[in-house]
Amino acid sequence: MRIAFFADIHANREALEACIYHSILQGVDKHVFLGDLIGYGADPEWVLDTVMRYYENGAIVVLGNHDEAVLQRSRNGMHSDARYAVEWTRTRLNRHQMKFLSGLPLQIDEHDRLYVHANAWAPNQWGYITDTFDTARSLAFTRCRLTFCGHVHERYLYHQNGSRSVNAFVPQPGVDIPLSTHRRWLINAGSVGQPRDGNPAACYAVYDSALNMLTYFRVPFDVEAAARKIKEAGLPEWFGTRLEQGV
Amino acid sequence: MVAESLSAGAFLGGFKLVKRIHAGGMATIWKVTREDLSLPMVMKVPRLKDGDDPSFIVSFEVEQMVLPKLSGPHVPRFIASGDFSQQPFLVMEHIPGGSLESRLPEAPLPPDKIAGIGAKTAAALHDLHCQRVIHLDLTPDNILFRKSGEAVLIDFGLSRHDQLPDLMAEEFHLPMGTAPYISPEQVLNVRSDSRSDIFALGVILYELSTGEQPFGDPKSKAGLRRRLYVDFVPPRALNKECPRWLQEIVLRCLEVDPAKRYGSAAQLAFALQHPEQVVLTPRAERGRRDSHWTIFKRWMNYNKFGPSANRSIARHLDTVPIVMAAVDTSPEMEALSDSLRKAVKRIFRTERNARLTCVTVRKTPLVGLDLGVDEAGQNLHVQFLIELKHWARALEIPADRISFHVLEFPDPAAALVNYARANHVDHIVIGARGSSTLRRFLGSVSSQVVAEAPCTVTVVRGRIRPEIMEQVAKPRVRRGIVYYYMVYLLTSL
Repeated sequence: MRIAFFADIHANREALEACIYHSILQGVDKHVFLGDLIGYGADPEWVLDTVMRYYENGAIVVLGNHDEAVLQRSRNGMHSDARYAVEWTRTRLNRHQMKFLSGLPLQIDEHDRLYVHANAWAPNQWGYITDTFDTARSLAFTRCRLTFCGHVHERYLYHQNGSRSVNAFVPQPGVDIPLSTHRRWLINAGSVGQPRDGNPAACYAVYDSALNMLTYFRVPFDVEAAARKIKEAGLPEWFGTRLEQGV
Repeated sequence: MVAESLSAGAFLGGFKLVKRIHAGGMATIWKVTREDLSLPMVMKVPRLKDGDDPSFIVSFEVEQMVLPKLSGPHVPRFIASGDFSQQPFLVMEHIPGGSLESRLPEAPLPPDKIAGIGAKTAAALHDLHCQRVIHLDLTPDNILFRKSGEAVLIDFGLSRHDQLPDLMAEEFHLPMGTAPYISPEQVLNVRSDSRSDIFALGVILYELSTGEQPFGDPKSKAGLRRRLYVDFVPPRALNKECPRWLQEIVLRCLEVDPAKRYGSAAQLAFALQHPEQVVLTPRAERGRRDSHWTIFKRWMNYNKFGPSANRSIARHLDTVPIVMAAVDTSPEMEALSDSLRKAVKRIFRTERNARLTCVTVRKTPLVGLDLGVDEAGQNLHVQFLIELKHWARALEIPADRISFHVLEFPDPAAALVNYARANHVDHIVIGARGSSTLRRFLGSVSSQVVAEAPCTVTVVRGRIRPEIMEQVAKPRVRRGIVYYYMVYLLTSL
């Protein structure tokens, strides 16, 4: 089975559309949405409706911190602009969409794979995995061989051998990487709607469970349109400029 | 199932084990068959026991990862691999015949044989590097030859793929390689320089030229480090028959600083294929080892060698292309050859480490006698060479990065394309003579080269004056006349 992993869409319709189209051409059988469907971007309704449609057809969706923030009254730990975006997003969502968000799980196990937004040691605390120590900690909290996550907005591939030492690798787009069954892997799928590695193109990953092969893709989308909509919606303008710069 | 308990007639992963052909410390090799595959195949089964050096396992993982990514005549074809969750194995095409190791007892070999073996191996290395893989364990054991002559490289357990995690570097912090052949930078744990393979091939060429190993077979890390500051006896001091050009090539491969070696295996193959074009430097004349004082000074400084920047193989190869200029030196083509020179100059302004090969074709008659001299009795080949060198003078490219070749062939386009293919040319620059009706009808040399070349082709054309363009564009009727005339000629033959 070929599974596409979409993390951190952040209400970016242009990026999600481009990635969905790209993934269809890749012959993907299933989609997994790794949280943070909304926040920052100007199209939360369209993004949620699209993800809900995929969900009804068997896609897996887990909760992200921005999704959770929309559901909660107090949002400590978020900077003021992000908090503003959350407030703005809430005013746009209908009851149906809110209900969908409130029903999302923090993590899901499927065969030898764990799907989670931030980490496995405390999925509801939203701690970041930024190095090999965080990775070792997360891998210690799951029995799964493969962990798929997002949250840091940069693609990374970590692997752990039998002696439990962890190493990191920055994968190149379009290259099939065999995930040796002799080791455990933590796959950060990058961000669809707000990449922060200097390249504005949307990022997602495809895992082929039959071949045990992982491939990352970078998909260009209409960044100017997404940035313009953010400005027109009255959201902080730097949400748009950071999209254009990929930071 | 463990590797030890495998026996002939047993099945593993759908393959029938026929015969064990090798039982090494790290793996056993079986000849295997499968009903639906007629290709001769071998299966490599690692020995996995508790207490084994974990690098055995990782190196097998690396080979399982790298081999399926490789293709072409210079590697064994990958067939299948078995997962670590059961019994790991790797099935690949069987290349019969012995490795280069079997030729070592005959060393010193004649120089032309050494150049032939070296050029074939360098071509295989270049192909590997173009596929973004550095071998990092090139030894005579790991070089086989197909019946058709191509070198085949095997054993990718220490290899590094540019775009895959480098499991070896990440797991182990000791130098990895085979002691006599390991490059100085590998001793310093640098695993990202394709020129490390050129160093290993240099050791092999030295061995074939002298029957000895330049650095011996050190067993300690300190012993491996000696190659960073202690030099070796030059080949000609051990074997008087070793020509200067071969010593020049071997010593250049064995430079401690990778930047002083050949930039690419293609450039090394080129030197081995054209010994007469090798520019001799003091390397060729070196008769003995350096003095103790020089070695001491190097020892004082060798720790300054920092690991070179980790850069991609593909990006490195892009900086060291072989550029071929196809030059027509006839006097009426002066304007065009001038434009061609300008185009070449433009390329060399950005590609400072590129190598230029200037080629011209002396068209020989398809049938009949070619005397090879003009009416005045001058040797035409030499004449062409003089003109070619004259053409290149204004480019001001240093002698060790330029070479000249006169091809003698009835079909110029085929001669150029064959030359480009045999010499791993990355970029051809060729002039297109003006447009004429007959040329468009018959097809020009440049268009044929564009159609058949194995690489990028830049076609250079002198600026055509508008009134000439008009003339060329007009005569549709005349083209018809030429056509009927040709048909008439052909039918009347």
